Formats: sequence, C-alpha cells, structure tokens
Amino acid sequence: MKGSPVFVASAGTVSAIGRDVNSSLASLEKGNAGMGEITMLETKHRGLLPVAEVRLTNEELAGITKLSSKTPRTALLAAMAAGEALQNSGLKSIEGLKLGFISANTVGGMDKTENFFKGYLNDSSYGRLSEVVHHECGAVSEIVADWLGIKHYVSTISTACSSSANAIFFGARLIKQGYLDAVVAGGADALTRFTLNGFNTLMILDQQWCKPFDENRHGLNLGEGAGYVMLVSEKLAARLPQMPLATLSGYANANDAYHQTASSPDGTGSYLAMTGALSMSGLQPEEISYINLHGTGTQNNDIAEGTAIKRIFDPNYPPMSSTKSYTGHTLGASGGIEAVYSVMALQHDIVFPNLRFETRINDLPFSPTTHIQKGNGLKHVLSNSFGFGGNCSSLIFSKS
Amino acid sequence: MKLYIRSSSAISPQKTFGDNKFPDELISFQSNRLHAIEPDYKEWIDPKLIRRMSRIIRMGVTTANACLKEAALQQPDAIITGTAYGCLEDTGLFLGRMAELHEEMLSPTSFIQSTHNTVAGQIALLNHCHNYNNTFVHRGFSFESALMDASLLLAENIEYKILVGGVDELTDHSFNILSRFGLYKSAVDEDIFDSISRGTIAGEGAAFFVLAAQSSPSDQAVLESFSTLYKPSGSGEVRRFLEEFLNAQHLTAEDIDLVITGKNGDSKNDEWFADTPQIFNKSLCINYKNLCGEYPTSSSFALWYAINIAKRGIMNTVGENNSANRKLKNILIWNHYLGIHHSLFLVTTC
Repeated sequence: MKGSPVFVASAGTVSAIGRDVNSSLASLEKGNAGMGEITMLETKHRGLLPVAEVRLTNEELAGITKLSSKTPRTALLAAMAAGEALQNSGLKSIEGLKLGFISANTVGGMDKTENFFKGYLNDSSYGRLSEVVHHECGAVSEIVADWLGIKHYVSTISTACSSSANAIFFGARLIKQGYLDAVVAGGADALTRFTLNGFNTLMILDQQWCKPFDENRHGLNLGEGAGYVMLVSEKLAARLPQMPLATLSGYANANDAYHQTASSPDGTGSYLAMTGALSMSGLQPEEISYINLHGTGTQNNDIAEGTAIKRIFDPNYPPMSSTKSYTGHTLGASGGIEAVYSVMALQHDIVFPNLRFETRINDLPFSPTTHIQKGNGLKHVLSNSFGFGGNCSSLIFSKS
Repeated sequence: MKLYIRSSSAISPQKTFGDNKFPDELISFQSNRLHAIEPDYKEWIDPKLIRRMSRIIRMGVTTANACLKEAALQQPDAIITGTAYGCLEDTGLFLGRMAELHEEMLSPTSFIQSTHNTVAGQIALLNHCHNYNNTFVHRGFSFESALMDASLLLAENIEYKILVGGVDELTDHSFNILSRFGLYKSAVDEDIFDSISRGTIAGEGAAFFVLAAQSSPSDQAVLESFSTLYKPSGSGEVRRFLEEFLNAQHLTAEDIDLVITGKNGDSKNDEWFADTPQIFNKSLCINYKNLCGEYPTSSSFALWYAINIAKRGIMNTVGENNSANRKLKNILIWNHYLGIHHSLFLVTTC
C-alpha cells in the first residue's frame, strides 16, 4: 500500500562525533572520526579496544536533559536526540495531535544491570533494586516518552542492529493508516560491558579503527549514541512553518534466514531489503544517488552487503559510504543515526566519505567514496541496516 | 480491522499444548512461581538444535511451528513476536560469567542467543522464511505492539497470513529480583483471589497465532478489535477507554457475553477492575492469571484462552457454573500490567 507520503520534519542525533545535528554535520564534513580509547566504560578492555564513546558523562547528560544521572545511559542518549527532533519540529505548539514515540534499543538498562549483578551474584539479596528497575528495553523508552510528554502511542522494537530502521518505518505506517499524526522514531544504545564482551567473544572487534568495505578489514568498533526523526503526515507537514527535510519514500524488512549471527554469502536478506524498499518507492536502482551502507567492517557483513549491492546496482554504482567509520557501530541506534545522516545528506547535498578506505575488496567491482562530494544533486538516499537474527531492513529517503 | 484467527497454540503452566486437555484437566498451584509445562520438543525441533536452545526459544519456536502446521502454512508472510524480557536465561548466563571470569575466556553462545529477536530469528531460520520479521519489546505492550504491526501489514496486504506471538520466560534470577520488588505473594492459596493481600503469582509461557484479513472456513475465532492505553490517570480514564472501545464496535456492556479480566490477586492491581461486576452485570466475568501467572505478555495467553472458548462456542470456562451453557458471541479481554499498560481485545465466535 503506497498511501499518502510521510515526511521527515526534523531530526536529532548524538554520537561520538557530535552532541546534535549541527556538530555531527561539522564532524562528517571535516572527516573527524569519533573513535578513541575507552574513557567511561569500566572494563578490562580499556586501552585495548577502541570504541566511539559519546564524550559526555552521565552527569553531564543529566545536566543537559534534567533527567536523573542514575537513569540508564541509553535513556539519557535517547532523550538528547529525541528531544532535539521534537524541539526542532515546531510541533510542540500544535495542540490535540496524536503523537507517538517508537524507539529501538538492544541493551535497555543493561549498563545498570551489569553493575547490579556483581553484588547480586555473590548474594541474591544484594544489589540495589534501583539499578534493575529500568532493565527492560521498553522501560528505557518509557522514561523518554514521559520526558517528551508523549502518551498517545509508545512502543519499542529490538531486532539487533536493524532495530531503529524498523522503528522508523513502523512509525511511518502508523501515520499512513491514520493511527497517529506524528511520530518521533529512531533508536538509541549506550556502550555496555555486556555488548563489548559479547562482540569480543565473537572475535569481530577491530583492535584498530575500523575499515569498512576494505579488503584488509578486521572487524567493527562499537559505538554509542542515538538518532531520531520526526515523521509527520502530509496534512501536518503542510501546517508546519518550515519545509520538510525529506520524504520517507521506501522501506522494507526481510530475513536472511541463514544463521543466528552470520550473513549469507550472497546477502539474501540484504538483497531482499534493498529491492523491497526500491520497489515500494517506485525507483530504479540507477535513481539512487547515495547509499549509506550498513558497512560494519566485519569480513562477513561487508562481503554479504557488497554482493547484494552488486546484484542490484551493477554496473552503475552510486556513491556509497559507511558512516560507521565515524561513529563506530552503535547497534540499536545505528539505523536511527544513519537515517538522520541520510536526511542531512539530502538536505545539504553532501556524500560523506568512507574514512580509512585503502584497498578494494577483491571479490567486489566497486569501492566506497573516499572523499566528500558536494553538489551532486542528491535526490534519493538508500540507508541499510542489517543484523543478528537475520533481520535486514532498508530505508529510502527522497528530496521532498 | 478484523483479524481472522486461523490457528493458535500455547505452552503455558496449564495443559494447553498438543493434546489440549485444558480446561478439563486443570493444574492448581500452591506456589508463587508457575512453570510452563513443556512438551516433548523432539517432535517439533531437530534434537541436535534443542540442546543449545534456552527455554524461551524452545517454547517460542514450538508454539510457532505448531501454529503453522495447524494452519497448513509453510511460510508465513510475516513473523512478529512480542517479548518484554527477551532471552533472560542466556542474558543471565552471560552476565554471570562476565562477572565471575572478569571479562575473560567467555564463550559467545549465550551472548548470541541473548538478543531479543532470537525467537523470531530462529523461527525464520528453521522455516527458511525470508519474509517480514519483527520483534517488539515494550513491557506490558509487547504482544499488543506485535498485533498492531500484524494489523497494519494485513491492511497493507489483504492476502497475507501472519504468525504473531507473545513469549516470556521466568528464570531463577528474574524470579528472585522481581520477588524483591514485592511482585509476588509469599503464601499462596489455591484461590489467589480469595485473600485481600499484595502480590501475585509469577508466570511464563508462549502463545502464537496465525492471523489473516480474509475469513476462511477453518477460522477458530475473530479478533474484532484491540486497543491499548498507556499510563491512565485513573479508573475514570480506563472507563472512558472501555466505553470508546465498545462504542467503536457498536456494542454496549450488555452485548458482552464473557469478560476475561487480568485480575492477578494483588489487591492494588485488582482495584482497576473494581467496577467490573457493575459495568458487566449481564456478563459472565472470569479471570486468567490464576491459570498462567502474571507476566508482561500474558495477554497472549488470554487471547489463546478466549479463542479456545470461542472455538467451542459455549461457555466452558474455568471455575464457573456452566450449567446454562449460554450461547456465546462476544468475549472481551480486559487486561493491564502494573497499572501502566492497559489493553482490551474483542474476540467473537465464527
């Protein structure tokens, strides 16, 4: 069902490369990556594994948001970005709107739970209950929904690394079918020992800064952050003082059904997600002006995604890049952050470079963009988000 | 929109799975912790895979596969799950080892299986299903959100047949921690609604359904509508929510033959249902959390229960006088979780 279009009225993001949209754009333009040594997370891997931390402590985030500094970090990050999206939408002054909050995350309040567990494991009557009260992913969303004052519809999606992309288009469909007028949609995830150790056991963390889509790539760097877009109905877009930033013109979700964590060699799930989104938007592959790749930097993801891209785009490849070379892999937040970057690419007509790229992957006939490109006349941007459990989703944003 | 229930399956603390002896053979409890009765999984999952799966994955995959079989559906057009806590057993294992081994020499297995989308991913993997796949993790709205997604998809694609389910597991850790929050009773009588005390009984389970937008001769029941209300200010708002829900279906309270409430035996929790006998004075009112325990996706059990009653077409419910065998049309499920997540479902017989 095509239905009436859904517009992006505004955006918000926080990550290792910026605390809001403007500072993130400045870092993207300057080629400033956010990786560095671990400074906040208490872990044995400090000094050994680079990560892309948001350089604000919980106390600083609490100072900005006025939430308690004891709040799970994922909620603090979500509030920063979702708050920015809502603030810049101009919607706050409009009364009687059916407003929703659809948020994604994978760790919930795990940063607190893992502290609780230290004492609790020795004696099950130990550990402060305040550290587990917001353990659930949904509890984190509710802290933020309540803080934003959104009550009409609140939900949470968790499909590993594709979570936020699914949240964004679930929000769009709620608008299309008339359940909501506007939705703050996206996702957030904070760095935790749980995910850092988890990815470390899988041996897919690069001990250097990651090199997505490079023949000599050695894995991903974990990052943290949040990214949200304010989606509005066509009717509501017409009432806003500013022009919408973009249209969400296509989306699709598919499952790779190959392995719990690994992607199939031919990238079946990625292929189906991209072709599904293209088909919905009514666009031909050659009309895509930029691909914001999932591009984690792992051997497995990049060859699977690349193979799927080859099947769809060969021989006319649009410029493409993985902005995870700036932000690291922010897991449940990545689809949201990259949706915001895709919208920024359209708005400012910029293709962001894929940092640290040196050598083309042998089995692929194309390379990502290594230099910033401006003035290409971007019309349609494809954003990919693929993850564990075979969950693959693609979004297409178009100039409105 | 109307959702036609093509098949349904539940693993619960009652004998609901397979050779379904529910409600004729009821399990009663003297404990504040109920355990799902698990079937012989070998009939449903390759034995080599079972060993590696935690209980939530086994329960979820098995009920999902039973639903697909019953609906004679090889590949659903979508697989959508709701789980509030996700894979707690594997999460607890990885957290425990991380603390014990000081972040060294960890094995990836429990981490891999700890992600919330594991159940939906495994259902897709085992059925080679590349179609739409989603997982909602919103506390007491996890299952309701999954249903909303299914409902949107069916409005977009009228020919779709969608597998939807709710699943949560209780582990030693979660039971201990939730007990410390005071969620559960310390002493349990057979009838948890008898005493006016705080606390309920802990439950778990999986319930899956195949839904379609078009009717068929094999439909078990119809989910006419469902709706949610987040954090109401008080019972007045819930009352309006209920009235609006019934109005939208052109029904009044009198049209409801059977009400299944989410009372759980906790005196404060059950205050939300204090009006039930007055509002539904012509209806039979029953409860369900005495059967499956309290957990955030228990509304999926309630839906299975309502369908199970609707299939028979007559009142044949638990703990009530069935002598009237009143003809049955409209069943209302009225639930809330912790007073935060309120939901209503209207199920009708075919």
